[in-house]
Amino acid sequence: MLSGFLKEGDHMNSMIYKKKSPLFLFLIPAFAFMTVYLYYPFVMNIYNSFCKIRALGTASKGFNDPLYENYTKLFTDAAMGTAFKNTMLLMLCTIIFQVGIALLLALLIDNITVGTKFFRTVYFFPIVISAGALGLLFNLLFLYPSQGVSSVGGGPINTIVGALTGQNGPAMIDWKSMENWMFTMFLPIMWQYVGFYFVIIITGLNNISADIYEAASIDGADGMKRIRYITLPLLHNTLCTCLTLAITGALKVFDLPWVMFPNGVPLGQSWLTGTYMYSVTYGGDVDYGSTIALLIVVLGVVISQVANIIFKEKDY
Amino acid sequence: MASNNNTSGVTLNKKKFHVSKVFIYIALAFWALTTIYPFFWVILNSFRESTMIVRDSFSIPWPGSGGTFSNYTTAFERVPLLGSYFNSIMISGIVTIVVVLLSGFAAYGLVRYQFKGRGFLHSMVIASMMFPAFATIIPVFMMESSWHIVNTGNTLLSWLSVILPQIAGNLSFSIIVLMGFIRSLPIDLEEAAYLEGYNVYQIFFKIIFPLAKPSFATVSIFTFLWSYNDMFTQMFFLRSRPQYTITRLLSEIASIAGIDYGLMAAAVTVIIVPVLIVYIIFQNNIVKGLTAGAVKG
Repeated sequence: MLSGFLKEGDHMNSMIYKKKSPLFLFLIPAFAFMTVYLYYPFVMNIYNSFCKIRALGTASKGFNDPLYENYTKLFTDAAMGTAFKNTMLLMLCTIIFQVGIALLLALLIDNITVGTKFFRTVYFFPIVISAGALGLLFNLLFLYPSQGVSSVGGGPINTIVGALTGQNGPAMIDWKSMENWMFTMFLPIMWQYVGFYFVIIITGLNNISADIYEAASIDGADGMKRIRYITLPLLHNTLCTCLTLAITGALKVFDLPWVMFPNGVPLGQSWLTGTYMYSVTYGGDVDYGSTIALLIVVLGVVISQVANIIFKEKDY
Repeated sequence: MASNNNTSGVTLNKKKFHVSKVFIYIALAFWALTTIYPFFWVILNSFRESTMIVRDSFSIPWPGSGGTFSNYTTAFERVPLLGSYFNSIMISGIVTIVVVLLSGFAAYGLVRYQFKGRGFLHSMVIASMMFPAFATIIPVFMMESSWHIVNTGNTLLSWLSVILPQIAGNLSFSIIVLMGFIRSLPIDLEEAAYLEGYNVYQIFFKIIFPLAKPSFATVSIFTFLWSYNDMFTQMFFLRSRPQYTITRLLSEIASIAGIDYGLMAAAVTVIIVPVLIVYIIFQNNIVKGLTAGAVKG
């Protein structure tokens, strides 16, 4: 998905661009920023993971003993295990539900002509809203009476659940309890990004030429057959892109869980790699925080590579 | 599910076709409802007395039956919203201007010039999109701390400490989007301008920039929203209330508001509404811009 940016046609040898000196002004600022703020810190982060750093902004107190201390800690730290497990589950759900629902909606919208722009605009909207604000919004939606000022009533989602299950009055579900927290945390994350994948898949669908469908319908392929044998295979590369984005995206989730479930509540159950990294770093174990950050990068690269090998991009 | 009803080949029965479309619209409208209704709900409930939100949050709040403006007066009294807005707009505004300028320059240089190392610089842009903020933030903090621009208590320096890493984080996406657009521009105009006596900088500002305005708009909106919504970087660098941006403030509103749900609904509304307005105005640029640079999550 990243190739193809440099094409032969780029090599304009027009008179204007013979003199190379303006290039310094054009390129140096941007690349200096990237070097100082992305590449250098990235390398330093690897170095830091071997050092002893006890507070942000203080110098390192030499190397860890043994040097790989933090790396063994990754495997022995129970909270890290929880964070890892939750993040992997989140990744799986992201792939299944975000991409799945987006694909379903995209296949549906491909059949209609009126209102497509409206749906696209509306589906995409949650993505531009800060995930932190959505966290507060869902805190309100998932209100539970015991957290409330009044013992009467049960918060909007409990009210809806009560009505749907035919109870007399709102359901009394504590959405942030040990049993329910995962649903409550994952639901808004899934919901927010469906529109993102929807727009990508729609673009892929629009690239499939109408001729192919026409030929197929002459051959008698319609309905589910058409989706199974034409649309989905032709969407293969688009879905591969979505897969990579879903994998790296799940590893980046931070704001929403931090607002809804600060510090791993309930009882350290809800850590994700990102939120745990922040908490460890501000808790004073900066070098261990660096190690977790590095792990996040490694997981992103390794898992998306493996996924791409399994679902190899194809040329049609 | 989409077309279970029209498996009858090319000779589609018009009535069957109609029925399946109704189902399609119902399914699509259902998802639209889930994305619209929560925002509508929170705006509605920001005008309701706090105690009523748990008890009765689906009716229309009228004065006399739980409707009130007091959440907003409390919000602006107890939460430093205006100052935070100012910080947010200044930080994200500066980030946007610098990113647009620098990425425009870099994209122009990379597309139009042929030079040694061009492929390398291009890979550098692509690869830098793979770094999540987690992997660079600690060394960036330490570096800025050695320059004495973090934890100083000085608001301008704290702006700077957030602005610099946010610029770096947004450059690569912008460069890629702009490269795509500048490449598609015909070089004839630039040549004509050159013959008129324009130098390269004049060509950039007077020819390229006006022609590429739609993609510059896309890049600006995205950069602004990312910067505005980027809670993680802001949590690292903004450590005291007067320096807080609106998004940074969010992470603490829950503890400020406590169980005053009306106040919380008002705060959420105040944060969401400006973005909603921006979104409605620029929706086309936003959705199209995403497809142009679908690489960045």
